[in-house]
Amino acid sequence: MGALRRFDRDLLVLAAGVLVLIPVPLFLSGFLLEVAIQTLLFGLLGVAWNLMGGFAGQFSFGHAAFFGIGAYATAVAVTDYGLSPWVGMLLGAALAAAFGVLVGFLSFRYGLKGVFFALATFAFAEMLRLISRSLEAVNAARGYNIPIRSGNPWLTLQFPQGSPNYYYVILALLALSLLAVILLMRSRAGTFILSIRENEDAAAALGVNPMRYKLLAVALSAALTAVGGAFYVQYFFFIDPELAFGASVSIQILLPAIVGGIGTTWGPVVGSLIITVLGQGSTALVRTPPPFLEALQGTSGLDVAIYGALIVLVVLFLPRGVFGTLRERLGAA
Amino acid sequence: MAFKGRKVSGRSLALLGLGIAALLVLVWGGDALSWARDNRVVLVQALVTGLLLGGVYSLVSMGLTLIFGVLDILNFAHGAFMALAMYASFVLVANAGFDPYLSLLVSVPLLFVLGVLVQRVLLARVMDQPHENQLLLTFGLALLIENALLMVFTATPRTVDFPYAQTGIPLGFATVRGPLDVFGAVADLPRVIAFLGSLVIAGGLFYLLRRTSLGTAIRAVAENPDGAAMVGIDVRRMHMIAFGLGTACVAAAGTLVLPFLSLQPTTGEQFNVIAFVVVVLGGLGNVVGALVGGILIGLVQELGGAFVPGVDKLFFVFVVFVLTLLLRPQGLFGGKP
Repeated sequence: MGALRRFDRDLLVLAAGVLVLIPVPLFLSGFLLEVAIQTLLFGLLGVAWNLMGGFAGQFSFGHAAFFGIGAYATAVAVTDYGLSPWVGMLLGAALAAAFGVLVGFLSFRYGLKGVFFALATFAFAEMLRLISRSLEAVNAARGYNIPIRSGNPWLTLQFPQGSPNYYYVILALLALSLLAVILLMRSRAGTFILSIRENEDAAAALGVNPMRYKLLAVALSAALTAVGGAFYVQYFFFIDPELAFGASVSIQILLPAIVGGIGTTWGPVVGSLIITVLGQGSTALVRTPPPFLEALQGTSGLDVAIYGALIVLVVLFLPRGVFGTLRERLGAA
Repeated sequence: MAFKGRKVSGRSLALLGLGIAALLVLVWGGDALSWARDNRVVLVQALVTGLLLGGVYSLVSMGLTLIFGVLDILNFAHGAFMALAMYASFVLVANAGFDPYLSLLVSVPLLFVLGVLVQRVLLARVMDQPHENQLLLTFGLALLIENALLMVFTATPRTVDFPYAQTGIPLGFATVRGPLDVFGAVADLPRVIAFLGSLVIAGGLFYLLRRTSLGTAIRAVAENPDGAAMVGIDVRRMHMIAFGLGTACVAAAGTLVLPFLSLQPTTGEQFNVIAFVVVVLGGLGNVVGALVGGILIGLVQELGGAFVPGVDKLFFVFVVFVLTLLLRPQGLFGGKP
């Protein structure tokens, strides 16, 4: 009953949040708008990861696999076949879900858990990276540059630089992803997914099929991650094996949920805001430092070092994440 | 342990292996044989290179598996520690004119102390948290170390010259000049030294763990921390020493490979990943398994690269990794010794 109420309230929060966020581009432009777009993008990726790593309790260290599949499917569809990126996005989501089910089925079938499961997901992502790097059919290590296309910009998903339309697209995608996750979690299936995380043996004894519901969470998580990958390609106009399947991508995807709070609905979004602002802020700081920090001009590494320090601090002091800890302190459900 | 599920008996596994081998022989046997005849030198070269590199993998992995065996922590900062040790040696060689091998006397103790400190200050606080949090903590630490190195040394690849390239190594009865000729394959002297050095240090670690009271205490903590505490072993201290020893191992490996690898802040990452594979293959926490697994993975990497050129050598390593995780997650030799 408590779980139901919690996710019902989440629906209201979602509706209110979207209404508040719609006029944001009126106040932001240039660099700040970019930060907003990336916050929403990594929020989407974090929400997707959190479904599998948080709600379903299957810690993935290889979500780059799904992100990369979405990104590559879109790049190939647009560049090699002249299709709309929306087609690539759907294709990528389907492929990623299928790949997730395959990886999940193999791993769960052999009872992989915890660290072993994390390592298995990591290994699958690395294999995709190595394959895409040597496969000439997908341009090997060179990757894809997305060509500029004419036609209806809402179909080609290409807007002039600085256009607020990218913001609306990713806001809609994030809202839909959150809607999907909330609806899943307030359904019977969601309750089963939570029960399997808490005690798989007990859930199985009560007639819940652990394999089926774990795979359901994995498939939806993978598909949503691929949607994020597809948007990434259309936004940055470039993808290569490292940017798609690299281990650091997997980290960037799981970080929002960790920082914000694993297994909470809003944690990944809050986490993404913190991380993106810190990350982009430190990058900007290094690019054009204020006079008293001039020594930092052009130093590479500072932004990622801050990421590293942030992870260490969060694990040490906020093991439940910012949102998770706040919720606990305030005593709300 | 962290895995459970269907028991795969040793016999059915052996049968499966035999079946796959027979199938491969039927399909590709003839081709492979004639290929091996035509490319004997390539093959022997791959065997030699793989074996020599495998020895280094063994040392790196023994450090990683020791940390896992005693602390139950999968250390993602292992490779970053390796890079740190390599830069320490690099600075000594480039700025103070040290012999690279002599710099072991600095890099190894330095990283031992650093490992002890990391365990004491950071990891000791999260020992009772879920595995994933510890894994994340070490990962954050790795990002921090690597990018601090990037800020100090930039990404420019650094190299250290092998000091005995011209003079050879005087052994008393003879002077060894490289590169050595092994059945027609070339074995570079720095690689041979790294291999032998790794084996010597691995032997030292093994002696320490098996034959000294300190080693017995460490193994007791690995086996049963509560029981160890009950008989008066300082568990926290053993945790620190174990992490320090594991870090010292990877530091030694880093310094030993410095004369033949170009050094960047991310140089250790690949070793870290390979050590995961080795450690799972040999059985998590199993020091002997890591030794054997390291050499096996070295051979897999080089032989795979020789048989199927054009594909990244690491790909074969990951194929072995995934197969191990799915079919035999307890490793070839079982978990903790």
